[in-house]
Amino acid sequence: MAVPKICGIETEFGIAHTGTEDANPIAASSLLINSYLSEVERTGEGGPAAGVTWDFEDEMPGNDIRGIAPLGSLAPEIETHLVNAVLTNGARYYVDHAHPELSTPECSNALDVTRFDKAGELILVRSMEAAAQVLPPGQELVVYKNNSDGKGNSYGCHENYLMARSTPFFQIVVHATSHLVTRQIFTGSGKVGSEAPGLTTAEVPFQITQRADFFEEEVGLETTLKRPIINTRDEPHADARHYRRLHVITGDANMSEVATFLKVGTTAIVLAMVEDNVLPREFRFRTPVQAMRQVSYDVSLNKPLELADGTSATALEIQWDLLDQARKYADSHGLDAVGGPVGEMVIDRWEQVLTSLEADPMGLANQLDWVAKYRLIQGMSQRHGLRPDDSRLAALDIQYHDLRPERSVAARVGFESLISADDARSAISDPPTDTRAYFRGQCLKRWASSIVAANWDSIVFDVGDEPLRRVPMMEPTRGTVDHVGQLLADCDSASELLSRLREPGSR
Amino acid sequence: MAEREQIKKPAPQREESEVEDAPATSVQGEELKAELDELLDEIDEVLESNAEDFVKSYIQKGGQ
Repeated sequence: MAVPKICGIETEFGIAHTGTEDANPIAASSLLINSYLSEVERTGEGGPAAGVTWDFEDEMPGNDIRGIAPLGSLAPEIETHLVNAVLTNGARYYVDHAHPELSTPECSNALDVTRFDKAGELILVRSMEAAAQVLPPGQELVVYKNNSDGKGNSYGCHENYLMARSTPFFQIVVHATSHLVTRQIFTGSGKVGSEAPGLTTAEVPFQITQRADFFEEEVGLETTLKRPIINTRDEPHADARHYRRLHVITGDANMSEVATFLKVGTTAIVLAMVEDNVLPREFRFRTPVQAMRQVSYDVSLNKPLELADGTSATALEIQWDLLDQARKYADSHGLDAVGGPVGEMVIDRWEQVLTSLEADPMGLANQLDWVAKYRLIQGMSQRHGLRPDDSRLAALDIQYHDLRPERSVAARVGFESLISADDARSAISDPPTDTRAYFRGQCLKRWASSIVAANWDSIVFDVGDEPLRRVPMMEPTRGTVDHVGQLLADCDSASELLSRLREPGSR
Repeated sequence: MAEREQIKKPAPQREESEVEDAPATSVQGEELKAELDELLDEIDEVLESNAEDFVKSYIQKGGQ
């Protein structure tokens, strides 16, 4: 059976520092995050652990799933000197590549990822408000949840999925590629124009995704240059004998909760099916990188993609096939690996969205980002008689992703919500209960002053009377409320927790 | 919306019985248009006033 598809999202946000001539994105990102950390420390709510920093001990982003990295490949660098905080909800909030970035805690299902993604937006909103308190009058930090500046610079929204080490990597490549290329029809956040070399707004007035322009390889280790559809970073943040972590870098950051839910939910199911080896048909594209762009550029959703075997299929046809397989998989194997009832929700929504995409895509303007944005771009073009390259359309595109409630366009389109305001708010400070993020978050909530550093797979304690003590958390499905809830409740101090953990059979 | 009318028949391998046709939305066409107009009014109010400068100044460093 497939291993539980523990998953999460890491989002790099766009940032603008307005009202000043010498804006620096790294300084702005640091100020943004530090303002938030000071604010929660002051108010004591949604607490990050004061003074607790990220622990880089086990970071190895240069490791390649294929073994030795090919010559000339650029392993990502780790920036250890920048702001890097761990929050009590189990998330990581930091500066990366001149952007503020927030990684959700590990979640057991797509609905929880959506909840923590929403909480992430709220954290960024609070950060902007906190920064406004310390900036000179007239200056402001503005955060955008998008993936491109429209000038050829892109920044990512990555997903991570826990997978069994035993699954052959080439099987993942084949099926994940066909899904990642074709899922764009519901995961895209929409973009005015194209940033691919040689293409103008006249040729591509509007496309389905923010990111498709930036992919140049089929498989590889890079994330910032020559981006590959399948990223081979082999850094499981878990027991490497049993697990790998599939790092998906093709996705758009979504404003729509339904889009985030489907993006993660369908991908988790496809990967579970790959692990259980139930996918009978392989859709191999003749040219995957071109197929990726072709799907993004085709708002009619009807252009066939050339397959390696000489036949062709549209993105919708491939998605219908994957959905049919998912239904059969649910019957034969169950959906425990993808959150049980949440998996059922994913399949039902998947079918409803494909049906609408086929019959009347514009009917999804309250569910999918690219449709909502396309409708606004068309409406505004007609209203003011604008050409496709008019700045007002490009401005609308950027401002769609503005996270300030008073300026956000996406907040006004009437999206269906899957997460209640209360649930999103509590996820700002409370970790998920059914992954190891529970242990991380609860320890930070209770004993932050006894913790010096934390990361995905360990926490380092300093209880004063003994050497620093690292508590490993190599199993992402352990450390849940069922597993350690009572233990944490019984301990009055970090010191007591550490001695209880030393007892035989305690973990 | 010529593009929408060209949409192909469903994939042959799909079982037709599993999916109901979405209801036609043309009946509500007028309502939708009015709603879009209202939304565009609201958006016109919150949009940056100098679109050209705003777009020019939105420059990001490449990231992941």
